[in-house]
Amino acid sequence: MTGASGFLGRAVATEIAAAGHDVRAFQRRPSGVPGVTDLLGSVTAPDEVLRAVAGMDAVVHLAAKVSLAGSPADFSAVNVGGTRALLAAAADAGASRFVFVSSPSVAHAGTSIIGSDAEPADPARARGPYARTKAEAELLALAADSADLRVVAVRPHLVWGPGDTQLVARIVERARAKRLPLLGHGAALIDTTYIDNAASAIAAALEQAAAVHGRSYVITNGEPRPVAELLAGMCAAAGVPAPAWRVPAGAARCAGALIEAAWHIRPGADEPPMTRFLAEQLSTAHWFDQRRTRSELHWKPAVSLDEGFRRLAASYGR
Amino acid sequence: MNRAPAPVSYRLPRAAATPAPATLPPAGLPGMDTAFSRLVPVVSDASGHPVTRTWHLLDNGDRLAELGVTPVGTVLCVHGNPTWSYLWREFVASATDAAANGAEAWRVIAVDQLEMGFSERSGVRRPLATRVRDLGELTDTLGLAGPVVTFGHDWGGSISLGWAVDHPELLAGVMLLNTAVHQPEDAPVPAPLRLALRSSVLGRGTVTTPAFLETTLALAHPPLAGAVKQAYRAPYLGAARRGGIGAFVADIPVHDAHESAAELARISGGIRDLTVPALMLWGPTDPIFSDRYLDDLVDRLPHADVHRFEGAGHLVMEDVDYAAAALTWLGDRALPAAEQNEGEGRWEGGGRNPLWHYLDELQNSDETALIDMAPPGGGAPRVVSWRLLSRRVRQLACGLDRLGVRKGDRVSLLIPPGADLTAVLYACVRIGAIVVVADAGLGLRGLTRAVRGARPDHVIGAAPGLIAARALDWPGQKISVARFPRAAMRALDISATLAEVIALGVDEQLPPSPDPGDTAAVLFTSGSTGPAKGVVYTHGQLAAVSDALYAQYGVGRGTGLVAGFAPFALLGPALGARSVTPDMDVTKPKTLTAASVAAAVAAIDATVVFLSPAALANVVATADSLTAADHASLAGVASFLSAGAPVSEPLLAAAARLMPSASAHTPYGMTEGLLMADITLDGIREAMATTSPSAGSSAGSPSNSTDAPAGPGGVCVGRATATTRIRTSALDAEGHATGALSEAAGVTGEIVVSAPHVEDHYDRLWLTDRAARRGAVPGERWHRTGDVGHLDAAGRLWVEGRLPHVITTATGVVTPVGPEQRVESVAAVARAAVVGIGPAGTQQVVAVVETVAPARRVALADPELAAAVRAAVGLPLAAVLVVPHLPTDIRHNSKIDRTRLGRWAAGILSGARMIRP
Repeated sequence: MTGASGFLGRAVATEIAAAGHDVRAFQRRPSGVPGVTDLLGSVTAPDEVLRAVAGMDAVVHLAAKVSLAGSPADFSAVNVGGTRALLAAAADAGASRFVFVSSPSVAHAGTSIIGSDAEPADPARARGPYARTKAEAELLALAADSADLRVVAVRPHLVWGPGDTQLVARIVERARAKRLPLLGHGAALIDTTYIDNAASAIAAALEQAAAVHGRSYVITNGEPRPVAELLAGMCAAAGVPAPAWRVPAGAARCAGALIEAAWHIRPGADEPPMTRFLAEQLSTAHWFDQRRTRSELHWKPAVSLDEGFRRLAASYGR
Repeated sequence: MNRAPAPVSYRLPRAAATPAPATLPPAGLPGMDTAFSRLVPVVSDASGHPVTRTWHLLDNGDRLAELGVTPVGTVLCVHGNPTWSYLWREFVASATDAAANGAEAWRVIAVDQLEMGFSERSGVRRPLATRVRDLGELTDTLGLAGPVVTFGHDWGGSISLGWAVDHPELLAGVMLLNTAVHQPEDAPVPAPLRLALRSSVLGRGTVTTPAFLETTLALAHPPLAGAVKQAYRAPYLGAARRGGIGAFVADIPVHDAHESAAELARISGGIRDLTVPALMLWGPTDPIFSDRYLDDLVDRLPHADVHRFEGAGHLVMEDVDYAAAALTWLGDRALPAAEQNEGEGRWEGGGRNPLWHYLDELQNSDETALIDMAPPGGGAPRVVSWRLLSRRVRQLACGLDRLGVRKGDRVSLLIPPGADLTAVLYACVRIGAIVVVADAGLGLRGLTRAVRGARPDHVIGAAPGLIAARALDWPGQKISVARFPRAAMRALDISATLAEVIALGVDEQLPPSPDPGDTAAVLFTSGSTGPAKGVVYTHGQLAAVSDALYAQYGVGRGTGLVAGFAPFALLGPALGARSVTPDMDVTKPKTLTAASVAAAVAAIDATVVFLSPAALANVVATADSLTAADHASLAGVASFLSAGAPVSEPLLAAAARLMPSASAHTPYGMTEGLLMADITLDGIREAMATTSPSAGSSAGSPSNSTDAPAGPGGVCVGRATATTRIRTSALDAEGHATGALSEAAGVTGEIVVSAPHVEDHYDRLWLTDRAARRGAVPGERWHRTGDVGHLDAAGRLWVEGRLPHVITTATGVVTPVGPEQRVESVAAVARAAVVGIGPAGTQQVVAVVETVAPARRVALADPELAAAVRAAVGLPLAAVLVVPHLPTDIRHNSKIDRTRLGRWAAGILSGARMIRP
């Protein structure tokens, strides 16, 4: 498994190990997951990758550069180059299954997604370097699908939950600082994935790989909610005030573009406060048809959105 | 034919006579498979010596042979002017696909007539008789064996019917798209053809330039794609290719002396003897072959199945899916051996007495038959005895007969309810004229569409109706209720007044009365979606409606009836009841006051009161003005009824308090079946006390809720009336009612009804009619109501919404009314609508609410309200939206337009601006 030190990676490693598999976790930092053997290294180093995959039956590839901003070359090296190296190593090692963890943004042109299933990945239409490189990598992975190496792509959408340092922590931190804008009127329906559900879906894809290989699946809770309700729910769970001020969606997209541009001129260590990609994500609908995912992966989310908010609140000691 | 002087023979440019051999069409024409194209040489001896002419035609015969299927028959398709076999591409393809998929196989042959399309250009003139003979020679050469069904469009209609008349031994049916076989005497030749026929225009318009072709191609709704237009033009590029177009126009027999007039007369006369099944698929928006020509064809082929596609035009084959319609019809009708188990077997029976029974029985009675509390023109209430009503009806009937109103003629009645309407209605019914009644609530546009579509032969109206009829050019002879100054009479094109009709019929000589199976009425009311449909009732079925009213409410001989709900009110005389029209503006039911009802009750000692829900609401709202005497009158009412839409328990209870001795009823029904179920106020209370069952329905089972699944809920409308049977057809995951008809409790599905008083059919909407009968018990008449609901263990019917409003989520279907009732149980919510958004089968459920404290703008519900609504509704809701007002259906102020609301919610929830619904 790659990327087991991240928020989703830890959950997936825990889930797979609990299912009785011997898990070797390969990433730059220790995963800290009990019962998992860590092997430290980078997906951009082919010899390290070969070593990591040697002797394994299956690969779950989560490692990616997921940042909302950064240099296109960095994204390409990690997301495309890393995937290519892992596919080659998996074939070399005689592994039979490969789960590629992707993102719905690989097929997203910036317009609303209303109840559609997983469309083919399309680097030409994907927005931003992250989505573009993930799209390229998913196409590589599915092209490598064969009777010997069965490849499945799963695309969890907006994963959140206790311990999330990306989405939830940033939203809560900005809300606390009263810097969290609500884009547009906040009614756009967004489907998200509670962490435990994302992990169990990836584990299900690994189990079902023989039957469903060569295909892509979007993973969500199947409970779209208006984005304002979601942000308010996360803020309430953390005990901070919900966002009160609004930025019209169009204006936010312009602002996002300006900020992105400025960031290229004056790069720094931190993320830009908002990118065009995020602005679009939060002002247009994104919800999916989950029927195929649920029936073919023999999976359904075990934790509802409301239960997820209760668990999030508990993690904030509330 | 018009008696125009014979013009000199038309001359076409020399290019028109350019010979050219037949060719195959180029590849790549959109929608056309060149594999069907073939060239067929035909040797003709008609001129005394053998001449070979080569045809291009589309023929799926070889493909069927490759598929190894034996065709059940052949469809012979004939195009008109200026098109070619390309117009049948969809039909050839669909018929072949159907055969490949195991359905009945039809060989389809679609010809290019000689001089047209890609067939040979011989340079020879081909008048109608020649063309009919040409087609026969082709089918002889092809060795066509029966059965053959012809299919024609435009002038191809006449030619195909000519072939049909000449080949009775092969003929199994005729199908027509917009066409004509006769120029009606009362109609001018269509203007576009008149223009094309002017000798100064003919050659230039049809041959030298492609003007006629281009004009025709511009008639599609919506406009044709560029590539499709190119395909239609393909065989007609250049004047030398267009001779046939000009010759075809010149061959239109616009007067009796025309060389093709005799042949057209032979065909139009000959088809009167055809007994084979006939289908007409019609686009009414046709500047050439208007509804007038459809009327003429229906007159000649009265057994034809007709479907008018509202909004489609001359190029009906480009505007709608005619191919599917034709194949469906072929499957149903064209083969006598085919199993016909759906909707066949016309229901026989009906009411025991003709509608005018009491008008005969009580013709010497001086008892009161009718009272108008506010007669037109003002003044004191107008009292009409049975003796007078009976005589007036006979005089009007006789006068109308003398004026040329015949049995089977359609008479549009544009008269407000009251004594005049009643007398005219029964007079028409007595002589077998078909009354066309359109609900004023349709609005002028809807009314115009309804009246045009029904093609009345006569219009009898009051001033507003006649003015509209004139202004909007509604068809039919006009008869006025009142007399106007002569200039106005002329301006409105009025041929007689009612007084004149009565004078004409003063000796009361009556033609034979119609039979129970004859058509009596066409009723138009607005549907929940789309244009109004004409609902056709026979005499027997209308009589059965009055029998049902008698059986259910005891309205009969001598009952005093307050007629505040028009459809039932008009049946007062048929029931032998004395009826009173209260003082109100009938087009605005909200104008009826409690005092008006009390006065009407007092005027005839009424024991039964019929009202609409809107009227009932205003009666309750104006109850404060009632005097002690009014209260005393109302105390004498034994039963009252609110019909048209379900009413709430509080409203019905408030009305019941005004009429303390009365039992309060609200019936369930629709224009197609006026009294299907009934419930009393006590019945409503009893139903409310019991929880509705949830067993057997997937509706409302939340995937993530820990609560017990909520039942489907709905509005209880009571038990079936005495002669009615009610079943449901269960819904599949896509929300289609595909289940077998079932009487089982707890099965949520489309409500399907059968009764002697259910309508006969929809007017000129064969496909709609067929859909409404789908899956019926063989030999029985069942009507699909378009409502969804379930029966409970006690046999009561619960209505859960309209079929198009069913929400199809990934975990099952959700009907809207039950969830709406649960949302409305939240204290802060005044009114709620539950709608689905997103693709069918994976929809999300959204609640849209009006709050008790009215909202000023559209917004997401605040967290507390959203949580309360979610807790109450018992199924997963994606969002809760608050609006100042929920949009309601044009006609029923109480019915929320969920279709529109769903589209609006989908927009808001995808990030669109927060505009009002």
